[in-house]
Amino acid sequence: MTRNIPAPAATVETQKFWDAARGGRFLLPVCTACGKVHWYPRAICPFCDSGKIEWRDASGKGTIYTFSVMRRAKEPYAIAYVTLAEGPTMMTNIVDCDFDALRIGDKVAVVFEDSANGPPVPMFKPV
Amino acid sequence: MTIRGEAYIAGAYEHPTRHAPDKTAAQLHAEVALGALADAGLARADVDGYFCAGDAPGPGPASMAEYLNLKLRHVDSTELGGASYVALAGHAAQAIALGKCDVALITLAGRPRSEGVATGTTPRVRDPNQPEAAWEVPYGLTTANGYAMCAMRHMHQYGTTSEQLAWIKVAASHHAQHNPHAMLPEVVTVADVVNSPMIADPLHRLDCCVISDGGGALIVVRPEIAKSLNRPPVKIIGAGETVKHLAGGTFDLTTSGAARSGPAAFAEAGVAPADIKYVSIYDSFTITALLQIEDLGFCAKGAGGKFVADGNLISGTGKLPFNTDGGGLCNNHPANRGGMTKVIEAVRQLRGEAHPAVQVKNCDLALAQGTGMQLGTRHCSATLILERK
Repeated sequence: MTRNIPAPAATVETQKFWDAARGGRFLLPVCTACGKVHWYPRAICPFCDSGKIEWRDASGKGTIYTFSVMRRAKEPYAIAYVTLAEGPTMMTNIVDCDFDALRIGDKVAVVFEDSANGPPVPMFKPV
Repeated sequence: MTIRGEAYIAGAYEHPTRHAPDKTAAQLHAEVALGALADAGLARADVDGYFCAGDAPGPGPASMAEYLNLKLRHVDSTELGGASYVALAGHAAQAIALGKCDVALITLAGRPRSEGVATGTTPRVRDPNQPEAAWEVPYGLTTANGYAMCAMRHMHQYGTTSEQLAWIKVAASHHAQHNPHAMLPEVVTVADVVNSPMIADPLHRLDCCVISDGGGALIVVRPEIAKSLNRPPVKIIGAGETVKHLAGGTFDLTTSGAARSGPAAFAEAGVAPADIKYVSIYDSFTITALLQIEDLGFCAKGAGGKFVADGNLISGTGKLPFNTDGGGLCNNHPANRGGMTKVIEAVRQLRGEAHPAVQVKNCDLALAQGTGMQLGTRHCSATLILERK
């Protein structure tokens, strides 16, 4: 990965996620009131309005919902949405792969990639 | 309570410029405002309602109201991105129906071409307070690759092809050849589109709209005022608007907000898709138009590729003449916002003032559809239905 990855800005809502990411852990926000996992992470459940959100370790597994290789960039990269085993679909990059071989439905697993002067961010590679 | 028949579009003006390094954004706003007033046969002093969106210089309507020296009793600066002006025409009708203003001015203008903005292929600057920013900025989301992900999924889900998407550009180019102001007036073929350089899989360069300076304005008035003017009256009969987003990670990228704003507008207007003679559909990319055509009910969901192919959008030969000015794909895309020009070309069609080569015969019912922001994440959608009285 040669693209310069802009650092995500942590907030009081998401600091725990990024702290865990620095240790290589991929956390998901789970609502203990309705049991659902949402994405992107927030302090209030978008499905049942509860504020009882817990961070839990994710399986790190998912499938590619859609993707696009940015050919116009100096260093082409693959942006994608991955549907996580836990339910929600998240924006990410697919890395460590042959761009021309990527297909919707491919199984992928999480990897963390360093950002510029920030925490590592969750990306995915084919498995 | 409805806006059906409560207001008319009396003035419409599209700035002829496509490159304006010698003008300011405020000046362009003023020029289109005066152009639309002249088109209506009204004066600046008649304006008592002003409507603008995020392209107006400064926060909200204040700076442009002062520049134009307007005396107002109603203002609205609802920001829906490129869909704003489609929605604001409906808002103006609401305000007029409630007696809040009599003559509403709506303006759009901007100079992304002169300012050298790489609109589609570089990430946009985000407000760090946007709660989704941290979850998108690291991944290199641009306008082009966001829409490309919609196209990729639509192809996967419904078998849509690049050649089918290309027909949308081909149709736009057939119309643009008759527009002396169009940035890209050359007729192109499906092969030209699919052989143009890949920008973001599966969107090629010719699947993308132009980057242009320019602008446009509308004048919306009370029915009594419209009848006193010497212009063909264009009645607003239905409007709808919505926001479509990622819904906590449970979304379908093959659907646009038009699936909600469209039915709302049709219900208010009391008409059906089959009644519409002409459509203006926002075409930031070919896929943008395809999704909205499906979501408005002009064909079944997923059947858009087949529907737009073989010239079905070309005026005179196809079943659904669209964007007869050449649209964003060939004509212009002022301020990176396509909604205003969509309404303007619909007004031209209803007045019978489109270019004779693309004028739809007996055009008495038209629809203008806009989306704003990013179909690949969250966007606004607005639908407006207009009738030639």
